[in-house]
Amino acid sequence: MPYALCFLLFMLGLYCAVVKKNMVKIVIGIMVMEYAVNLFLVMLGYRSGGTAPIIDKTQFDPATQQIAAGFLNTSVDPLPQALVLTAIVISLGSLALMISICVRTYEKYGTFDITQIRRLKG
Amino acid sequence: MSIPLPLFIAVPLVIAFLLPLFGKKGKAAATVLANLATISLLVFAVVSIGRTEVYEVGKWSIPLGINLVLDGLSSLMLLAISVVSAAAMLFSARYMEQYTAKAKYLSLFLLMVAGMNGVALSGDIFNLFVFLEIASLASYALVGFGCEHEELEASFKYMVLGTIASIFILFAIALVYGNTGTLNMAYISKAIQNSGLNAGLKFALALFIVGFGLKAALVPFHAWLPDAHPSAPAPISAMLSGILIKTLGVYALARVVFNIFGVSVTIGWLLIVLGLLSMVAGAFLAIGQWDLKRLMAYSSISQVGYVILGVGLGATLIAEGADLAWASLAILAGLFHLVNHAVYKSLLFLTSGSVEMATGTRQLKDLGGLAERLPFTRTTCTVASASIVGIPPFSGFWSKLILVIAAVQAQFYWIAAVIVFVSLCTLIMYLKVQRYVFLGELPENLRQVKENKGSMLVAMVFLACLCVLMGLLVLVPGLKQAILDPAVQVLTDGLKYSADVMGM
Amino acid sequence: MKGMTIIVKTVSSWVKVLIVLFGIYIILFGHLTPGGGFAGGVILASSYVLLMLAFGREFVQKDLPLALDSKLDCLGAFFFALIAILGLVFSGVFFVNFLYQKYLPGQPLKLISAGTIPLSNIAIGLKVGASLFLVIFLLSTFRRDTSAGR
Repeated sequence: MPYALCFLLFMLGLYCAVVKKNMVKIVIGIMVMEYAVNLFLVMLGYRSGGTAPIIDKTQFDPATQQIAAGFLNTSVDPLPQALVLTAIVISLGSLALMISICVRTYEKYGTFDITQIRRLKG
Repeated sequence: MSIPLPLFIAVPLVIAFLLPLFGKKGKAAATVLANLATISLLVFAVVSIGRTEVYEVGKWSIPLGINLVLDGLSSLMLLAISVVSAAAMLFSARYMEQYTAKAKYLSLFLLMVAGMNGVALSGDIFNLFVFLEIASLASYALVGFGCEHEELEASFKYMVLGTIASIFILFAIALVYGNTGTLNMAYISKAIQNSGLNAGLKFALALFIVGFGLKAALVPFHAWLPDAHPSAPAPISAMLSGILIKTLGVYALARVVFNIFGVSVTIGWLLIVLGLLSMVAGAFLAIGQWDLKRLMAYSSISQVGYVILGVGLGATLIAEGADLAWASLAILAGLFHLVNHAVYKSLLFLTSGSVEMATGTRQLKDLGGLAERLPFTRTTCTVASASIVGIPPFSGFWSKLILVIAAVQAQFYWIAAVIVFVSLCTLIMYLKVQRYVFLGELPENLRQVKENKGSMLVAMVFLACLCVLMGLLVLVPGLKQAILDPAVQVLTDGLKYSADVMGM
Repeated sequence: MKGMTIIVKTVSSWVKVLIVLFGIYIILFGHLTPGGGFAGGVILASSYVLLMLAFGREFVQKDLPLALDSKLDCLGAFFFALIAILGLVFSGVFFVNFLYQKYLPGQPLKLISAGTIPLSNIAIGLKVGASLFLVIFLLSTFRRDTSAGR
């Protein structure tokens, strides 16, 4: 069920990126799509009743250098969290580039409306 | 001596980080350093032909760690990437003098090369996504490099469509991870062979085809290419059209469809239909263009259609269980056309850059009669046009001939007819280029143009010689077995990829 | 962009120190607690953004010139690549955690442990902080009335 809501958010972002005419609204639509995919990726690792996958002094026995046995049974999957961290950094770089292109385009054309920025045709 | 695989990615990346430190006074030193980087990559790629290796980064063994895989298809792509990038970097040593901020341009160029090498070598599907994003972001910035009106508009359009494609690919990777529990390509392939495709994996395959098809500019998804490629500076157009759409689009699609998911008749026919649409639509739209680089961009769409048609034909024949010899012939045609097109399309864009630098315009109606004023440009442009049309001793003829033979042997006679028809359309469009640019009357304002000598000339002559010599890759049996046959074998024995990687 | 009132300027010059300290803590303890190079770098950049909002852009430009910022950015990335190549030099395989395996194993759950990971975190924190600050500073030059027309 949460996966269906994630997919609904993705479709909302796609609708916004395709239909709107203001450049900044298109960028916001792309960012909403990106958040939806990151959310989906984090939810994949979830286990109900799980704990955070961090080892601290309570789970680690320094005498025998072993991790507590129950840790692997209750922790959530940390790999999707690492993937999402990478995806967030990539989307930050992409957002910075898109916004700076929007700013420069406004300085040249004087408008944010994409139906009036149409010098390249054919 | 064997080169460690991460050097293909580390050398351009480290030099790209060092170049912005040079600033305005060290521009000559920066150019020399960047050219040394691309030429050393070419040497590495030639030395690594015929070697297969699995390199585990950080000594973590798979499936816990990330690995880099060098097999036949990867070494073919590395060779193509390094040839085109060495030529484009030599050309841009002289061409980019007309722009400011040259050190940043060189740094972005090397980042794009590092990203493409990473895509070709990666053995882990999320690592493929990260390097794909590195190469794509560098190319978005390079398309809008001149910061004029049209370049910014083209860069915005390219960026929006490219980012949407990357988000689709990430969504598909998330679905694959959710269904198989691992990210390593060999392990995913084994899990899919054991359990078959459920609904989630079929949706993931559809998303992969849309995402990679948008990066490769196949026909329903090609809307960004006719605006982005003409607006970029000429060496960047050569890199984008010659090698970027093929590495990020065709290579990644072939790796995912043949080696991970396995072919089926539906997917093979889908690829054939997409290839045919691209060929025909690209050719028709190109004939009516009056801007030199826009015509070449539409012709790129058409030629990538040939490659996808060859690969799709091979996929259909493998999935139907027909004779493997015809399937491998079709895939050989597709991959050989990929390498050929990289060489002659980048040469065509470099000559158009030379014409633009000499005369200052790209419109066919304002040019004419430049044959005596720009002799070297005229000769290399004629060699490249003859190659792309398919005139006998040049390289394009052989790949088109093999594709037609494969189509006829598989008894798809109508496909062979379409291929010949589109070759005729290609002949028409390049005769138009020759007549309007080089033959005819020399206009008044162009009486004083001069040829630009130096590094631009060396790059164009190098690529023209390769155009002539590439036909030997299929005619001389030793070269064919060393370079092309391993690549074809990786795709025809698609599902053996997982056994090979895990066994090594 | 002008600065704000005297109250905001005084308080923010004290708070800036705390923000930088917190960012350095997140970077250095990245291998033990959540966070790491990227999150700590964003916090370091945000301390300079606070200065920019409170004091005005000209003050921050004198404090941290853009040329120096650009060089810090490149040096951070180069340092990270250098750690990876040193793995190749010392142990034969690229990107190996050579400090953990041979020279300095340390003890688990202490600050000096896990080999080269804290060094990588410091390099990433430096790069991300410098480049995010550069992006925000350069984007803030946008004025609504400088449309150059068509």
